[in-house]
Amino acid sequence: MSDARPVAPDLFVAASDGARLLAGRCRSCARHHFPASPVCPYCGADGAAAEPVGPTGRLWLWTVVTTRPPGYRGTLPYGFGVVELDRIGLRVVTRLTETRLGHLHAGQPMRLVVETLCADDDGTPVEAWAFAPEGEA
Amino acid sequence: MRPVYVTGVGLHAFGRFPDASLTALGMVAVQRALAEAAIGRGGFQAAFCGSVYGGVATGHKVLTALGLSGVPTVNVEAGCASGGAALALASAQIASGACDTALVFGLEKMPRGMIRSSFFEPWREEAGLAATPAYFALRAQRLMRESDVRAEDLAAVSVQNHLHGVHNPYAMYRKPIGAEAVLASALVCDPLRLLMLCAPNEGAAAVVLSSRPGDAPPVRVLAAVLRSHLPGSVLGEHTPLAGLADDASPTPSEMAACVAYEAAGVGPADLHVVELQDTDAARHILSAEELGLCPRGGGGAWVRGGGGSMGSRLPVNPSGGLLSKGEPLGASALGQIVELAWQLRGAAGARQVADARVGLAHTVGRGANACVVVLRAG
Ligand SMILES: [Zn+2]
Repeated sequence: MSDARPVAPDLFVAASDGARLLAGRCRSCARHHFPASPVCPYCGADGAAAEPVGPTGRLWLWTVVTTRPPGYRGTLPYGFGVVELDRIGLRVVTRLTETRLGHLHAGQPMRLVVETLCADDDGTPVEAWAFAPEGEA
Repeated sequence: MRPVYVTGVGLHAFGRFPDASLTALGMVAVQRALAEAAIGRGGFQAAFCGSVYGGVATGHKVLTALGLSGVPTVNVEAGCASGGAALALASAQIASGACDTALVFGLEKMPRGMIRSSFFEPWREEAGLAATPAYFALRAQRLMRESDVRAEDLAAVSVQNHLHGVHNPYAMYRKPIGAEAVLASALVCDPLRLLMLCAPNEGAAAVVLSSRPGDAPPVRVLAAVLRSHLPGSVLGEHTPLAGLADDASPTPSEMAACVAYEAAGVGPADLHVVELQDTDAARHILSAEELGLCPRGGGGAWVRGGGGSMGSRLPVNPSGGLLSKGEPLGASALGQIVELAWQLRGAAGARQVADARVGLAHTVGRGANACVVVLRAG
């Protein structure tokens, strides 16, 4: 069994008390963005540094995807939405672990998790981040 | 600045044409527009072609096949607004005096099913974060929360556009549908159901612009404005997937409309007919709000009051919109221009809007970018 790999580098990290997203923070306008980039997408300033953010937020928008989108490697159905992170207000487009519409609502407390998305041909698990309803993570 | 006139328009029907090449679709639309403008080789000094999935030198291939190559030819890609972007470029060329007559056309053969877009990084596709209808669904949910729009209103929009499309021989779907059928159709991504979404398909449209009116009843381009999203204004036509949504930012459609109204010297109250982006039923309502056809947040009430229907103060999408025509990306914006030209000439047949003299066309798409065009008869 090989070690898991993230679906892409520098998106999230594991911490002793759960996962964190790696967001960029602009030195000029102080706004966060995700995924992290050295250039701030809001003001264009150089030199934004990546920092761990999360792991909690509130559900802003959500839906459930039931048909396989092109290139998608995970299972169906899957939850999809936008979570607004606590304190910093960063809105993140994200997978959701919950796939029952009736179990999701606006402002719902959510917690970041890292889950196995699929496996490569050699068996290496591929991991992605997702948000789960608080208490179910 | 010189005036800009539409002197010829042509369409290839929107639908599925497995036996026709992309180039063949484009040839039909271009030939029809040139015939109406009564020009041929040497009759235009520049060509602009909108396409998204066409590949290398899409427009050049069409002109080469017609023996019309030789002029400066530019292929334009701006998502759903590609044809609008091509029109804006051509219009500026004529207004500035860089050329007297320009050919604008758009064509597309969309892949079937959910659309793959090179806009997304591969890892986003792998992780399921590149599902286009899911983004439409989030936008619809937000609209329903902020605008008093209900599922029944989304169904009503779909019913209305399909009713209009019955009279459009160029539309893909020409059967009326009932609200019950819309609400009972398959759930694609809550709250959007299958019959609330337009179908990606195939088609072509062409427009000849000139500094002088032609033989057809004159139609003037009063404004053709293109805008892209401001940093942080997520969840418009498509979120740039980065960070905080700046709720206070105007959307690309609002920015383009504002500038277009100013340039044309008209406002929403002066319009007689509108063709707007209705990729899904919620997009139709949001477009109406962004264009000022109803108050911001008043889209639901607007629909329930019959807003946009053929008998109303301001008919919207008399062509049937993308919901009944389908959406060939590169051609859809110019398809609107063709429809408006017919409406403003009084030549739209069974779907004619009475006494239509000022029309507005609106497209918005990936990027995010939007185009607003204002046309006037005479
Ligand atoms: Zn900044």
